[in-house]
Amino acid sequence: MRMFVSERAQQIPPSGIRKFFDLALTMDDVISLGVGEPDFRTPWNICESGIYSIEQGVTSYTSNRGLQTLRDALSAHLASRYQLKYSADDEMVITTGVSEALDIAVRAIVNPGDEVLIAEPSYVSYAPCVTLAGGIPVPVECTEQDHFRLNPDTLQEKITDKTKALIINFPNNPTGAIMKKEDLEPIADIVTDRDLLLISDEVYSELTYENSHTAPATVKDLWQRTITLNGFSKAYAMTGWRVGFLCAPQEICDAALKIHQYVMLCAPVMGQVGALEALRSAEDEKTSMVNEYRLRRNMFVAGLNKIGLSCHVPEGAFYAFPSVKGTGLSDVEFAERLLKEQRVAVVPGSVFGSGGDYHLRCAYAVSRKDLNEALGRMETFVNGL
Amino acid sequence: MDDKDLELLRILEENSRLSAQEIGSMTNLTPAEVEARIHALEENKIIRKYTTVINWEKAGNSEVSAIIELKVSPERDFGYDRIAERLSRFRQVRTLRLITGTYDLQLMVSGKNMQEVSRFVSEHVAPMDRIRETATLIVMKSYKENGNTLFEQQETERLPYSF
Repeated sequence: MRMFVSERAQQIPPSGIRKFFDLALTMDDVISLGVGEPDFRTPWNICESGIYSIEQGVTSYTSNRGLQTLRDALSAHLASRYQLKYSADDEMVITTGVSEALDIAVRAIVNPGDEVLIAEPSYVSYAPCVTLAGGIPVPVECTEQDHFRLNPDTLQEKITDKTKALIINFPNNPTGAIMKKEDLEPIADIVTDRDLLLISDEVYSELTYENSHTAPATVKDLWQRTITLNGFSKAYAMTGWRVGFLCAPQEICDAALKIHQYVMLCAPVMGQVGALEALRSAEDEKTSMVNEYRLRRNMFVAGLNKIGLSCHVPEGAFYAFPSVKGTGLSDVEFAERLLKEQRVAVVPGSVFGSGGDYHLRCAYAVSRKDLNEALGRMETFVNGL
Repeated sequence: MDDKDLELLRILEENSRLSAQEIGSMTNLTPAEVEARIHALEENKIIRKYTTVINWEKAGNSEVSAIIELKVSPERDFGYDRIAERLSRFRQVRTLRLITGTYDLQLMVSGKNMQEVSRFVSEHVAPMDRIRETATLIVMKSYKENGNTLFEQQETERLPYSF
């Protein structure tokens, strides 16, 4: 029989932590800092609105773009919160999570052979999405010395005649780094000079602890060459509702919409109704979740530094990204032994691409009690090395 | 009062048993600073008391409680304050509020059994001057107290890893 699996499907790597995953499932009493989602439940008013909509028979397709009411509310929200101006009618598509938004954004702009730069360490989907679209993913390493921000010089070096776009994600998964306006300005100059497109995944934009988020599309002239991706999962603890969105200038947005209508048709309507409720009246709930993450971050990062796993203070998202260089173990060895010997699950940083090795991604979206327990176990582990 | 104080209050309201050390690590304050701030909040009577939310029913305590609503004729110069303060002195009165609507004062009263509660109402509350009418609502079951749900909630299953 011949090989039916496509070359592209063969090209993309399997998940780097499958073996950890299987191991953790066989063990009891594991504290997992490996989960990239809020530990809070979705605020009840959002759940209630979803339930009510189902009771009312709101169970059909929506327009491809998404519910008009949601897009109107979103357009107003983006303008007031981030000074981002996107028309609800022509420059916005509601998607099935940011995952889909990323996929259709990449497919809307990449030609076979185009190089797409990816600021790494990064979320694991970017490179495979580029590969699946026929493009060539090119990592741009963000280093610990730069606090995991994208360095303009490093970016410049990676640009070739084939470079089409740059994908960034700040606040960042896995490092928790953010990019302020002054950090984005030199990046904006390069992107403009070299006539690139920017894809900015801002799904953690609501989770910043010292400075509020600057949307790259609001910096200099970037708006006309930026695709902004965002969603409801992280800010409102709505991961399972699968609602995200893509905003872009009309020409790009129309192209993404075409793909969306063929592959997804529309985002689930109950999710869209829940998202609308989130925008209308979950501000207080969101703020109290952010406050709680801040407390946990302070506690956890102080604890990591105390036990000798040096860690910069992550200013956004809910990840700490400590270094294990001082322990003599690689990140994979550390993570594997920590799981086996102390039953704490963390993700080895090398899973997230260049710049991630010798680091661990620890999600502090778990209760303070579990965080303290995890710190205690990690201390025992480090002291035993 | 500043943002740090507000942060401390939010932490304590949720769990007042945390040590100064633990609170310090969450707020980037030293334990001594935490203690000084908490002391000041106590002195200023912003922190009134440290208490515990108990599910008495689960503890096997058969204490009963009732909501008592009262129509009261307010006093010249004092309004409802004097009568409310008098009622507050009774050990049996756990909570007392001035409210809008059909009734004026609302009391949460508790006692060993229903007889004790009704005797308290009929002997001590109803006969008071200026009380024109009472309504007694017996609490059958409590589901949430002071922001804390009292029923068991299912743990949500989370994957050990996700990106």
